[in-house]
Amino acid sequence: MKTEEILALLIKESPEGIFELQQEDDPVSIIVPKEILYEVLILLRDHELLYFDMLSCLTGIDNGPELNTMELIYNLYSIPFEMPLMIKTRIDRLEGLAPSVSVIWRTADWHEREIYDLLGIRFDGHPDMRRILLPSDWEGHPLRKDAPLQERYHGIKVAY
Amino acid sequence: MDIQYTYHPDHLRNSEPTKTAVESLKRGEMIFNIGPQHPSTHGVLRLEVITDGEIVKEVIPHIGYLHRCFEKHAESMPFNQIIPYVDRMDYLAAMNSEHAYAMGIERILGITDKIPKRVEYIRVLVAELNRIASHFVAIGTYGLDLGAFTPFLWVMRDREHILRLLEWTCGARMLYNYIWIGGLYYDLPLNFEDRCIEFSAYLKPKLNHLESLLLTNKIFIERTAKVGTLPLDLAINYGVTGPMLRASGLKYDLRKVDAYSVYPALDFNIPVGSGMMGETGDCWDRAYVRMQECRESLKLIDQCLERLTTDEKRSRDFDPRALVPKKIRPKAGDFYVRAENPKGELGFFFRTDGRSDVPVRCKARGCSFVNLSVLPEISKGVMLSDLIAIVGSLDLVLGEVDR
Repeated sequence: MKTEEILALLIKESPEGIFELQQEDDPVSIIVPKEILYEVLILLRDHELLYFDMLSCLTGIDNGPELNTMELIYNLYSIPFEMPLMIKTRIDRLEGLAPSVSVIWRTADWHEREIYDLLGIRFDGHPDMRRILLPSDWEGHPLRKDAPLQERYHGIKVAY
Repeated sequence: MDIQYTYHPDHLRNSEPTKTAVESLKRGEMIFNIGPQHPSTHGVLRLEVITDGEIVKEVIPHIGYLHRCFEKHAESMPFNQIIPYVDRMDYLAAMNSEHAYAMGIERILGITDKIPKRVEYIRVLVAELNRIASHFVAIGTYGLDLGAFTPFLWVMRDREHILRLLEWTCGARMLYNYIWIGGLYYDLPLNFEDRCIEFSAYLKPKLNHLESLLLTNKIFIERTAKVGTLPLDLAINYGVTGPMLRASGLKYDLRKVDAYSVYPALDFNIPVGSGMMGETGDCWDRAYVRMQECRESLKLIDQCLERLTTDEKRSRDFDPRALVPKKIRPKAGDFYVRAENPKGELGFFFRTDGRSDVPVRCKARGCSFVNLSVLPEISKGVMLSDLIAIVGSLDLVLGEVDR
């Protein structure tokens, strides 16, 4: 199934949503509004013609304070139909809140913890929102564009 | 001096606190820490284990001890300079990671079809050699975890030959920077093909010896069969890939599914677990799949060598750097590229702005990271000694878990 057909299917299922197709991406991506993201992802997993059963990768991007948005990118793969799909969503940078998909794909649990750790996006409904890679008492989220470097960590100078 | 550290007991407590509070433990339960410095955790992995006597109630992995800020570094480096960092993620299979990364960038640049066939065959040759080396460490150290010392010495002896062959190609034993975007660092050294053919003939009987010594050993079977069974639906839901997914019974190998590089022209099988000694997807199946994959890799090596000495023979005017771009400037967009590493699907997500040769964002989807996340699920209610068997069967490389 082509991404255009998937888009048509999504529009049919949730007509109120504003979707956007991005042809220059590889795999071709669909931008989904954050409000219906959870429903769309459940549909993508459970629909008998799509069956996106594998969440390969979950990436967070900070677009910086000027644009004031952050992005989440879900790279899905359907093992039975051998097709990839990229789903993107934009969230407000100051709010930094997104729905957790760890109920749909449990692999998202650690991916979301990593995004929280490095970008500071909190996930609504996540079972265990702790830092994962950095120490628990680290200040700030280093992949944010405006993240200040903390001066000292446990008395050790951070900047070299 | 700037590096001055004054000890304070709160530092440790605050930086990596246990998730479970001591007060919340039930009668007879105990928090038990394994690692971060422990040989059976295969690196700096810390496991917080809640035990009731010998029974494991819960496992909580604490990771990040080897975090080297790959993604932050990659934001300020040109694409070609990221390759050495990619090497250091899965340091046991650096060639495979490089191959995945270089292929990904080539796909974004749209030069995949222009890469000379000889370059492709050399890449597959060295990547499969490295795959055997990586699986050897997995099998050998797994035996070591379970108390079998001899197989470890055997595989280290044979792995040494592979490391020497790969050192000959580029000068480094483990972290190669050999596969470049658009080509290779150098052509193969003179006589490399002959030595490689010799090695392949040497290794074939050794694999049989190893299998009969370790995999069909009664103690090994009893320690691993029906232990840590990972059902297929759970494996897919947790995003588990590579030999772990195949051991659970799914014929899913990106070399076949995505058919990248010259793999479609080569003949090889995908071994899957079938519960031969116990249940499908148990620890024994995982070790078995890795063992069989070594044989398949050897088959691939033989075919590559055959092509490299006939159709794609060494010639004086062949330049492996001919297509290496002077300035890498991909078109703007988001890209997800992936390839089959010895441990699973290694994926890279790139965002490029179309103006510079530095990625806006480069995220690595580490297969070990995802494979480790299933550990709490499959080690509930097992014996403490089985937990060691399960951790070993995941084949973790902490460099890739933490990145």
